[in-house]
Amino acid sequence: MSSYSVTEPSLRQKWVAGILVVGYALITILPLVWIIGTSFKSPSDAIAYPPKTFFTPTVEGYVNVFTTRTRLSPEQLQALGEPTTWYDKLVRKDGLVISGPSRFAERFTNSVIIGFGSTVLCIVLGTAAAYAFSRFKVPLKDDLLFFILSTRMMPPIAVAIPIFLMFRSLGLSDTHAGMILLYTAVNLSLSVWLLKGFIDEIPVEYEEAALIDGYTRFQAFYKVVLPQAATGIASTAIFCLIFAWNEYAFAVLLTSGNAQTAPPFIPTIIGVSGQDWPAVAAGATLFLVPVMVFTILLRKHLLRGITFGAVRK
Amino acid sequence: MLKSSVDRVAEATPHAIAKRMHGLSDRALAWLFVAPSIVLLLAVNIFPLIWTIRLSFTNFRVNRPNAEVEFVGLKNYLNILSDRDIWLTMQATAHFLIWTIVLQVLIGFALAYLINKKFRGNDLWTTIIVLPMMLSPAVVGNFWTFLYQPQIGLFNYAIGFLTGADPSSFSMIGDVALAPWAIIIVDTWMWTPFVMLICLAGLRSIPGSIYEAAECDRASKWRQFWTITIPLVLPFLMLAVLFRGIENFKMFDLVVQLTGGGPGSITELTSINLKREAFEKWRTGYASAYAVILFVTVFGLASIYVKALNKVKQR
Repeated sequence: MSSYSVTEPSLRQKWVAGILVVGYALITILPLVWIIGTSFKSPSDAIAYPPKTFFTPTVEGYVNVFTTRTRLSPEQLQALGEPTTWYDKLVRKDGLVISGPSRFAERFTNSVIIGFGSTVLCIVLGTAAAYAFSRFKVPLKDDLLFFILSTRMMPPIAVAIPIFLMFRSLGLSDTHAGMILLYTAVNLSLSVWLLKGFIDEIPVEYEEAALIDGYTRFQAFYKVVLPQAATGIASTAIFCLIFAWNEYAFAVLLTSGNAQTAPPFIPTIIGVSGQDWPAVAAGATLFLVPVMVFTILLRKHLLRGITFGAVRK
Repeated sequence: MLKSSVDRVAEATPHAIAKRMHGLSDRALAWLFVAPSIVLLLAVNIFPLIWTIRLSFTNFRVNRPNAEVEFVGLKNYLNILSDRDIWLTMQATAHFLIWTIVLQVLIGFALAYLINKKFRGNDLWTTIIVLPMMLSPAVVGNFWTFLYQPQIGLFNYAIGFLTGADPSSFSMIGDVALAPWAIIIVDTWMWTPFVMLICLAGLRSIPGSIYEAAECDRASKWRQFWTITIPLVLPFLMLAVLFRGIENFKMFDLVVQLTGGGPGSITELTSINLKREAFEKWRTGYASAYAVILFVTVFGLASIYVKALNKVKQR
């Protein structure tokens, strides 16, 4: 018993804890694995009873999510001749032909445009405000910071009515610009609070040295603080991106044809004959996997981001 | 008080030269940096909120723009507070709120406690557990409807496998008795990691020396848990409850996709109910009053709670 410590858990405790946590993790990850799995099933495998764990993978779901198809009679199919592409061949065996692209790619692009657009704006505005709050004597600083945070408490539906009216009169409804502006406002509280925390951690002495060397305040901010805050800015950006990417309430209320993002669209994916689960799963997989990857990249800053910087590890 | 070197240099420099050297003054720069954010938030949050309050005293309807708008005083508010259906909605919201918080706190704390035993590979498993939290609630709600399908759904199959019940004999989202639990289960699956992460930060903030001192005093493990671990993690736990409380009071996307408020209106939480009034029945004035009531409730409850939290922190 040379290295006995009262705070170090015993080996048995570690084993028990490990087994329980791993058990929970496996159960919690199962729905996600199942959805990714379903996206590679054929429609009949997806609705098999009992649910199929092993199946021949197919990319039919992915083809279906990007296309619209029509059913033709065997004679009509005969008249069409041999399918020319691999995806034509894939749907042909169900007696279908591809009649055009679906709107999924368009919705996905909208999500990308609005997500990145609002993230860039959010970071530019947020970094400036956070720097000012961190370094300068801003009058009513605490009140302004609390005001910024309180905008997050409002249920989206509560302000949706006037925003709906406002956007309509400004010609912003169902446009990328309108949604980018709206998502920027939604995420600004997060970006200001998080970035203020990150900038607070950069010693003031660096800027003072730069100022003595003849830099202006703005140059000091631009050339000294920004590079130092790069990691913080990057992780804040990923948070803003994920939240804008995931947003649903405003998207479903304020967009319809032109600027609709993927979250309101994915649940509306239906096949030629009833709910096409592999296609829905394929849409969900394409939409969710990037977020999972970002979450893994962010894991060190995750806690800080989701608590608006209230808890830092 | 010591002045920073910059301030001293600044004071010694004649004003005209200082202005040229430093470009914008600090004060001008501060306003230039803060103003755009404040203006945007005023335009997109505060202005609409004031507009909502104004609409709440009228009988305005968006779908009848030409009808005359009348000032109706507090009528909308009185109608809402005396509406039995709205109280049922509030009850559904309270049921959802209380159970999700209880389950997430219990499971989240337990997981954090176990992870804090520092077994090998705990970082990897923590990351895996955290994954559901960052996903789009609307898409999650949508694919859980698939897992909840009576015959083909994985959830029903698993329950059938464990309890021997017929997987097609019950429908989580179609059954009045089960639907409220269907939304609680998904929310708990998704957000337990949030409570877990915050508890973990709390547990890791406790210095080992406190336990060593307790050990010297021959305090039992049980006693150490209740007199050291719990009180020191409590402020963190309360913060987690605050976040979850506010978020779930606003809950919309996940439940809309999962049950759409049904069957009947058994899972119609306040936000869903509000959306129906505002964007399906188009009773704009009435819905605005409803929105104001909800906002005041969240804000009021959150303020009281934060006061309690600060008291716990000071202890």
